[in-house]
Amino acid sequence: MNHIHKQRAILIALIISCVAIAAGLALYALQQNINLFYSPSQIAAGQAPPAHEFRLGGLVQMHSVHHDNNSLRVTFGVTDNKNSVLVQYNGVLPDLFREGQSVVADGRLDSHNVFIADQVLAKHDERYMPAAVKTFLKQAKS
Amino acid sequence: MIPELGYFALILALGMALIQAIFPLLGIWRDKMSWIVLAKPVALGQFLFLVLSFFCLIYAFVTDDFSVAYVAQNSNTQLPLLYKVAAVWGAHEGSVLLWVTILGFWTALVAVFSKKIPLQMHARVLAVLGFISSGFLLFLITTSSPFRRLLLNTPAQGIDLNPLLQDPGLASHPPMLYMGYVGFSVAFAFAIAALLTNKVDAAWARWMRPWTIAAWCFLTLGITLGSWWAYRVLGWGGWWFWDPVENASFLPWLAGTALIHSLLVTEKRGSFKSWTLLLAICVFSLSLVGTFLVRSGVLVSVHAFANDPARGKFLLLFLAVVIGCGLLLYALRAPFIKGGSYFSLLSRETFLLANNVLLIVAMTTILLGTLYPLIIDALGLGNISVGPPYFNAVFVPLMIPLLFLMGVGPLCYWREMNLKVLLMRLLYPAIIAVFLSLLLLLMTTDKIPVMVFIGLALACWVILVTVKSMLLKGWPLSFNHIGMALAHIGIAVCVIGITMTSYYKLERDVRMQPGDITTVGAYDFKFMGLTNLQGPNYTGLIADFQVTHKDQFVTLLHAQKRLYTAQQIPDTRAAIDAGIFRDLYVALGDPLNNNAWAVRIYYKPFVRWIWWGGLLMVLGGICALKNSISKRYIN
Repeated sequence: MNHIHKQRAILIALIISCVAIAAGLALYALQQNINLFYSPSQIAAGQAPPAHEFRLGGLVQMHSVHHDNNSLRVTFGVTDNKNSVLVQYNGVLPDLFREGQSVVADGRLDSHNVFIADQVLAKHDERYMPAAVKTFLKQAKS
Repeated sequence: MIPELGYFALILALGMALIQAIFPLLGIWRDKMSWIVLAKPVALGQFLFLVLSFFCLIYAFVTDDFSVAYVAQNSNTQLPLLYKVAAVWGAHEGSVLLWVTILGFWTALVAVFSKKIPLQMHARVLAVLGFISSGFLLFLITTSSPFRRLLLNTPAQGIDLNPLLQDPGLASHPPMLYMGYVGFSVAFAFAIAALLTNKVDAAWARWMRPWTIAAWCFLTLGITLGSWWAYRVLGWGGWWFWDPVENASFLPWLAGTALIHSLLVTEKRGSFKSWTLLLAICVFSLSLVGTFLVRSGVLVSVHAFANDPARGKFLLLFLAVVIGCGLLLYALRAPFIKGGSYFSLLSRETFLLANNVLLIVAMTTILLGTLYPLIIDALGLGNISVGPPYFNAVFVPLMIPLLFLMGVGPLCYWREMNLKVLLMRLLYPAIIAVFLSLLLLLMTTDKIPVMVFIGLALACWVILVTVKSMLLKGWPLSFNHIGMALAHIGIAVCVIGITMTSYYKLERDVRMQPGDITTVGAYDFKFMGLTNLQGPNYTGLIADFQVTHKDQFVTLLHAQKRLYTAQQIPDTRAAIDAGIFRDLYVALGDPLNNNAWAVRIYYKPFVRWIWWGGLLMVLGGICALKNSISKRYIN
């Protein structure tokens, strides 16, 4: 093995170890940060993981939005027209959050089966509905 | 009449694109000069018809021709003129037309600026561009024509443009982004042409470089504009969300940055030839993947708006053909490309290689995080989402070594470097960077988070080393060197902005009634009251906030809550007091009971540096461009 080959070998070893470390990091991070989508019916059936973060999708139940009188706390129901879940959120709701419209929330269930949301997302376009919510509504109907 | 004219112009452009794709290659094969020289006039003709078609659509928007379905869906008589024009690319059909028109523009530029390029090479490049253009024109004409008419039930009024898009930042964002995306098609075409002829040399790299840098500049500007828009309109003060649509533009940027650096080695040293070719194919493929992700509606994203399976299938097929052919050609021809010159382990080549490896690894991890939910969904394994924590966890650790090496590379010689000399050159910048960042932190706070220290020290390091490289080079500096320096300092400025705003931002969501005071950091925000707002196509409320700092008046902020009348869509416009070292940000949430409002009040230190950094990078690109254009294309 001459001088040039040795240098090339070191270079390739460095590149491979760097890529391997990055791949390891990526897989570890992916494992830690995947949020699964659940529908209200799946939660009612007890399929949602307790005390683990997940994503809830559905429609905001009519006449269910209730604002607290002294804080930003708000509660509302999320439904797939079959079952519903009570959601509690402490913060500013998005502009397009409306009763009867689709909504996606990130958070976890507490011991009373209330969904404590860290983040509430509403669609940005009148014509757009998250694909997951669409599937949930279809599943609940059938 | 005019919309039909636009449609016919599109069909004529398709015809010309097909001629441009087929005849020059046949001409080279059969040795027919008249077919080869056809490429240039046909490319210009194609561009002419595309521009005609584009202006027809603008005309339909400006004259409120609601018999055109696309206009009826995305415009309104009350819409201000500027946004009527911007609405042309506000939704799917128009943005595909914009995409093709910009491709026509780049093709025309390639056709005109070709003095020093051999005729056959030039014809091949134009043929590849013609092929891409044919694909997209076919897509546009068959699945997404913006000129489709609603002749039976012509509505009297249009639905209106999505209010989120009615903003100067977003009006200019898509054209810039597309200029970047599509510009990389020229680099792709040069790579394919080189593979067809088996001729990859320094001259080839010199032709390709200006096109790549120009596309990169536009893409950088587009991403910067998009981030600035998201900050003001979309995300309540965030500047990057790791949303799939954003990632779609960031992927080609990372690969494009790698390509610029690898192209430099190919041009100066004749090395990394096959790698450069592969990158050129990869960058444009990522641009196409980005277009596919955004335009096919496969994303469960908060801002993807196309929803038509036929479109998705067509784009996916086209994607497979372009990427598949590109990679197949590469696999067949790359083994015959002769290797470059010798370089030692300690040389500028090695550091540029490290830059490429890190950028491509970063790009791949982001691609994985973006596509993972789609793959899981496609396999029927459930609905998942990959959030910002994943992207931060993988991206930041890769950027730390990248920034460190960014300092070393410019101080290293090509080919071989003495370790001792290199260390002597790096010693003082390293010491000063560490002490300067510690000093800056100790002056402002008493405890120092590790990440803030790393971020600041690396930014100082990059700036100091870049300045040192200019001093070592001596006066007068070449435009290339100034360009490199500006772009690298731009990255450093951006890193300072990201670090400071991520760690020292203060965000409070509060419930406020008129008269209430909220303290955020050293600033007191007093809710003064509400006044009515009447805009051209919206009504709304203005909330006034008086900001004071230690009882000294700072500013009066007017946060707006708009209701766009055409679709009854509410929209928030934040009030921002911009400064060099901090932004004060107030956004109105929803009305609560007892006259109270939900209010977001943010203090964002150094946030503007993120976009200034982006602009510096663009400026750097323009400097590097000036040199290579005047040398290679004009004289």
